[in-house]
Amino acid sequence: MFNGLFKKTKYITVSQTPAGSVPKNTSPIENEEEQKPNIPNGMWVKCECCGKAIYKKDLEKHMMVCKDCGKHFRLPALDRINSIIDEESFIEFDKELLSSNPLNFPGYENKLEALKEETGLKEAVITGRGKVNGNELVIGVMDSRFMMGSMGSVVGEKLTRAIEYATYEKLPVVIFTASGGARMQEGMFSLMQMAKVSSALAKHNEAGLLYIPVLTDPTTGGVTASFAMLGDIILAEPGALIGFAGKRVIEQTIKQSLPEGFQTAEFLLEHGFIDAVVSREKLKETLGQILSLHGN
Amino acid sequence: MAVLEFEKNIEELSKKIEEFKFFSREHGVDLASEIERMEAKLQSMKSQAYSNLTPWEKVTLAKLIERPTALDYIERIFTDFIELHGDRSFRDDPSIVSGIGKLNGKAVTIIGQQKGRDTKENLKRNFGMPNPEGYRKALRLMKQAEKFGRPVICFVDTPGAFPGIGAEERGQGEAIARNLMEMANLKVPTVSIVIGEGGSGGALAMAVSDEVWMLENSIYSILSPEGFASILWKDSSRAKEAAGVMKITAEDLKAYGIIDRIIKEPAGGAHKNVDETAENIKKALEEIIPKLCENEIEELLNKRYSKFRSFGEYKE
Repeated sequence: MFNGLFKKTKYITVSQTPAGSVPKNTSPIENEEEQKPNIPNGMWVKCECCGKAIYKKDLEKHMMVCKDCGKHFRLPALDRINSIIDEESFIEFDKELLSSNPLNFPGYENKLEALKEETGLKEAVITGRGKVNGNELVIGVMDSRFMMGSMGSVVGEKLTRAIEYATYEKLPVVIFTASGGARMQEGMFSLMQMAKVSSALAKHNEAGLLYIPVLTDPTTGGVTASFAMLGDIILAEPGALIGFAGKRVIEQTIKQSLPEGFQTAEFLLEHGFIDAVVSREKLKETLGQILSLHGN
Repeated sequence: MAVLEFEKNIEELSKKIEEFKFFSREHGVDLASEIERMEAKLQSMKSQAYSNLTPWEKVTLAKLIERPTALDYIERIFTDFIELHGDRSFRDDPSIVSGIGKLNGKAVTIIGQQKGRDTKENLKRNFGMPNPEGYRKALRLMKQAEKFGRPVICFVDTPGAFPGIGAEERGQGEAIARNLMEMANLKVPTVSIVIGEGGSGGALAMAVSDEVWMLENSIYSILSPEGFASILWKDSSRAKEAAGVMKITAEDLKAYGIIDRIIKEPAGGAHKNVDETAENIKKALEEIIPKLCENEIEELLNKRYSKFRSFGEYKE
């Protein structure tokens, strides 16, 4: 497989886009242009934290964590499920739930179509049931590659259905958050998803069932201000950006720059808003432990 | 009183009528028929202008410094109001006022987001942008209402939850989230009325209620039209256009079923006649509160759940 690498006619390029971050341009045409000079794109990636070039296969082998500095890159939802859920135990829910365009916002449908093609996802969350080290649970995993994991009607509906199912089946819920917040293109329908998911969690809570949000990079806005913060036990990945308001908005409002490490997982731990920061390699074991402590 | 863009012609004609009246009095000239004609014209101009407000004009009205605030309504609608302070954890947030009062002789808990009525008061009230302790004070009062079986009435009027360092350190997201979950399950009747700006999660944190109403010229949105235009079009000067696209008026949100009722305002906006606006709110509350109280609490909670459960549009 390395044959091609040493031919003079081919270039090994470090991707211009840091691994795990979402490309700025999402329309297919712009992407095509962006990718042309980078063939074979993505064999090597530059760690956005320590600056080292990492062979992509190595990075994937280490669940997208930089071996050198421990930086946790964003993880696609399916990879997350594979890394957490016991083999062959995952059953996906509501695969065919798709966004419509309630406000008739110009260009929204095209954007959705382009993202479906690019990411292979149908929306910004995957839900289902499965097992973690033998413990049954309902799981939701958000994917920041799909419109920055923003919460529109479909994200809200899929999560609500999953939580309702868990309440009915008396199962714990684990949600991996990764979201910029509201789906602007759906306006007030998006805002109402916060109330909808929180209402479903209220019932799950009343039933005495366990809910664990795991906050991953980034968790902000309406997701932080709803289900991300409503866990019995809240975990977060190292270095994840977690906050309510965006940094730029805060800086513009208070006219001063923000302290180092503001709105990171560690910052939230220090201020008492999460229970623990857990590295990716320990997450499955930790979740399994918490689930078994709750007698599941 | 502020003269808005769409009121300029009306203002000019009103002035002219006043001049004619003055002239007629001073010089003993009978101008009654002219004045009558002009007044009729003024009326029709008013109803024309005020009944066809664009979404952007409503945004302007909703944010007007003269627009009546929560306290203006509280003092007109309730008797025996006593304000209660503090979240019992950090401090008292002046951007939320809360307390107990009587509606038609029956005790209710009242919570309102409070903007300032001038710059000085606005600084004290933080322009109606609550910090986490504000939402926690609101929640404390709601739980207190639940304990004593009092209905809860919320006045929503905020540009949004405050985006600041302290707010993040003290868990703005957690405070809002907690309110959403607790309101969904609060075992007393709840009514929320958007009286000016309903700014995103900061507004929703006081609006997961059995009945959610909006004053005719108030707005309720995911973010400001300026913010929307700047995020989606990279151009905040297209705010006017955004106000239309975003569907943030009482009329639009009633049509979507996201709010339950629109409360009428006097021609030209709530500030033209605060008493009348307060009376309209009071009448609606007097009608709905006894009805909500008739429900068994389980039934009320189920209805509340089904309402919020139904929001969203998707394909299957």
